[in-house]
Amino acid sequence: MRIPIETFQLPNGLLVVLSEDHTAPLVAVNLWYHVGSANERPGRTGFAHLFEHMLFQGSANVGSNEHFELIQRAGGTLNGSTWLDRTNYYETVPSNQLELTLWLEANRMGHLLPAMTQQKLDTQRDVVQNERRWSMDNQPYGTWWERLPALAYPADHPFHHSLIGSMADLDAARLEDIAHFFSMYYTPDNAVLSIAGDFEPAEARTMIERHFGAIPRGAGKPSLPEMSLPATFGGPLREVVPDDVMLPRLFMAFRSPVFGSAAYYAASVCSAVLGLKKGSRLHRSLVRDQQVAAEATAFTYDLAKGADLLVVDVTARPETSVDKLEHTVNAEIDRLLLDGVTDDEVRRAVTLMETDLVAVLQSAGDRADRLSMFATYFGDPALVNVQTEQYRAVTRDQVNTFVQERLVPDNRASLLYVPREQSELPLQDDLAMAEAP
Amino acid sequence: MTRFTVSRGVMIINAAAISACSSTPVVTTATPTIIAVPMASVDPTKPPMLGPPPSLTVPPIATRQLANGLKIVVVEQHELPLADVILQMRTGGEADPAGKPGTAALTASMLLEGTTSRTALQIADQQAFLGVGMGASSGWEQSAVSLHAPTAQLDSALALLADVALHPAFPVADLERVRKARLTSLQQQRDRGPVIADRAYAAALYGSDNPYGRPLAGTEASIASVTRDELLRFYTTYYRPNNATLLVVGDVNADDVARRAEAIFGKWARAEVPATVTANARGANATTLVLIDKPGAAQSSFRIGGIGAARSTNDYFALQVLNTLLGGSFSSRLNQNLREARGYTYGASSGFSLRRSAGPFTASAEVVSAKTDSALIEFMKELRSIRDTVPSAELERAKRYLQLGLPEDFETTRSIAGQFLPLLTYDIPLEFYNSAVQRIAAVTQADVQRVARQYIDPSKLTLVIVGDRKTIEPGLRALNPGDIVIRDARDVLGAPLTP
Repeated sequence: MRIPIETFQLPNGLLVVLSEDHTAPLVAVNLWYHVGSANERPGRTGFAHLFEHMLFQGSANVGSNEHFELIQRAGGTLNGSTWLDRTNYYETVPSNQLELTLWLEANRMGHLLPAMTQQKLDTQRDVVQNERRWSMDNQPYGTWWERLPALAYPADHPFHHSLIGSMADLDAARLEDIAHFFSMYYTPDNAVLSIAGDFEPAEARTMIERHFGAIPRGAGKPSLPEMSLPATFGGPLREVVPDDVMLPRLFMAFRSPVFGSAAYYAASVCSAVLGLKKGSRLHRSLVRDQQVAAEATAFTYDLAKGADLLVVDVTARPETSVDKLEHTVNAEIDRLLLDGVTDDEVRRAVTLMETDLVAVLQSAGDRADRLSMFATYFGDPALVNVQTEQYRAVTRDQVNTFVQERLVPDNRASLLYVPREQSELPLQDDLAMAEAP
Repeated sequence: MTRFTVSRGVMIINAAAISACSSTPVVTTATPTIIAVPMASVDPTKPPMLGPPPSLTVPPIATRQLANGLKIVVVEQHELPLADVILQMRTGGEADPAGKPGTAALTASMLLEGTTSRTALQIADQQAFLGVGMGASSGWEQSAVSLHAPTAQLDSALALLADVALHPAFPVADLERVRKARLTSLQQQRDRGPVIADRAYAAALYGSDNPYGRPLAGTEASIASVTRDELLRFYTTYYRPNNATLLVVGDVNADDVARRAEAIFGKWARAEVPATVTANARGANATTLVLIDKPGAAQSSFRIGGIGAARSTNDYFALQVLNTLLGGSFSSRLNQNLREARGYTYGASSGFSLRRSAGPFTASAEVVSAKTDSALIEFMKELRSIRDTVPSAELERAKRYLQLGLPEDFETTRSIAGQFLPLLTYDIPLEFYNSAVQRIAAVTQADVQRVARQYIDPSKLTLVIVGDRKTIEPGLRALNPGDIVIRDARDVLGAPLTP
């Protein structure tokens, strides 16, 4: 399956990707800015995400609530999200509304700052702090996605610190930070604009030139520090977290090849062999046969810089002790090291992933997002059309090479959540973790 | 492939029942006179003028029926070589036997756990071999087996679907394993404020005698005690072709689907299916606050509302407009006030859950503990003022949001299936969406006020707040919201089972 792709770049550096499809009278606009929490400076954790919220607070020609209102009144949907190394903004609208959407995006890319006020910053700070409470602090195991990167990346690595940020750092954010961040990162030469769905490419190009053409190129953003890391942690890492939970849960992360690399596809297939749906190794063994786990899954983070993580996530049954949980999961990984994966397992994983790869291209919004992703990370949106082949080409030997190199005991970072009552038992100390050399 | 992003989105929380509905013909209402302006004259400080909204053509719908009563609905959509297939029974958790909530849900999930010719693992392996995704679940008034498949594999995939739906074996060992897993997840609910709030709210509104007051997933006591025979009885009673519809959406042809359906479902035996009637509930006589202590909670979970309407209501579109104004979208009053103006929450929303009998109306939010009392003041303010006349500009915005959002509900095979399922559940004509645009257009200020006053009565609300009692109780008492009943998680969820 191939989707049509047309790419061009404006003189100010904005990379544009168009993919026409007239199945439904809808058009999706998707902008990726190549900035995320990795670009934050010390003392400002969570700022990239707080900034994302501020982008919905209006711009020079758009009132405070107008961005949402104009799109929703047009029958559209919209949102934005922040990740470790990128931030995206997207709308899906009836196809006659394409120009309105481009106008709104161009306005905030070109003229955001006049609309920024202390009061808006204060309110969105409160909203983000509530988002933190909702998604992490008031959620059983909710802190895992802050703690796991902190455990698995060295302290000075850009992926180490919290994406949503600490309450103290969020409190510290100032309007000057907004201006600085905006001029540094929200420039056309640091962005990709993708449009997918029901539109005429020539018309779209004229609209894009009209609305984005005059926005000046940026002065250049500071480069990220060296992010590459050794192939393994160099020793087991471990952290125990007593929490208000009923059941122990273990997140085990393995340092893994970056998203998009040749070795990544073997890692991704390995994660599916381990934990994609029922019938995967972990589900079969831990949930079904041994019945020590309530749930068992595995996935990769898909980070395109430095080093990726493959994560195994297993929640214990009520009668399973913390020790038993940790021991059984390690034993399962050891067994994989010993026996390797089979051809059948690889075939099963690839078939399941293929269906997902096709299904995600059904909606214009997801399609546009994939195009932006491949354009941002690799400068080549057409990579979306070769993903199926990349997965099909993965062999059993490649997966087993990955297993031998990366699932070794020296490359396991264990984040173990323990019900508070049980944490009174003599467990290893929280800080009994070693940093990679 | 999983990605954890911090999303700004909020409307997913409690994505309540009234969602923008949709389909068919020309969407030209409401904005007939907007004319495209020549490009050169565009003023960069003003939003561009736009052409009229595109007309929407709904994919063709074909219906068939087999001699045994099985209805077949086919919606053709040929963008990608994919199909979504759903075999739906028109019975769900409302038919759970007394004392055994969760029977319908457990019955559905056992379908994938073994048939007379395949073990659970063989079912999982067959899905992986074909690259199809299959699920079985049950809700209010419906149970369904669903399939998402590449059309190249459709024959084998349909055979697998028919096998699990028609020949489940309910193997004892698998039942015990699934039972344990369900008990584990029910136990985990004790950690979750929002889940405790949902349970307490349904119980407070409907009481335990009404099925809607009981949890679809069951309770620890009911799941521990339900027997294999009870599951089999539920299955043999309700999984019948004359109680079922096969919905197929995707890159298929109606006659072709009918032929295949005849071959695999033709011998499925019909039988008398008892009707289940859920009594209409009355709701609170006076506003009552159920305060549930969750020590140390960082946020308070709010559920506020009363008995809403049935899916068959003539007020369907008026309620949809009302809810869009109040809490159905990001720009709605509740979210604009509690989130965007005050920052008390990551999101506030509302919804009507429309069922065969009147389902709940619920306004909800997760609010920072320290602002629990202030948030209640704002909730009450919005619930009162929505009963006043809604300014016409705001009304028009809400109507346009609903009308123009219709095409997006029909974008993918899965979303199309999602639009038609409730029509099948409640025997609503499949042409329902054809007139949706006009019927939304016809909703007046008076209609909105009438339904607001009918369904939202500030003197008779049911309020549930789950949070850190010692922090929030004094402020809540000072507001004197009505009778206050104090509960804890054990009162709501029952005593934990001893292993």
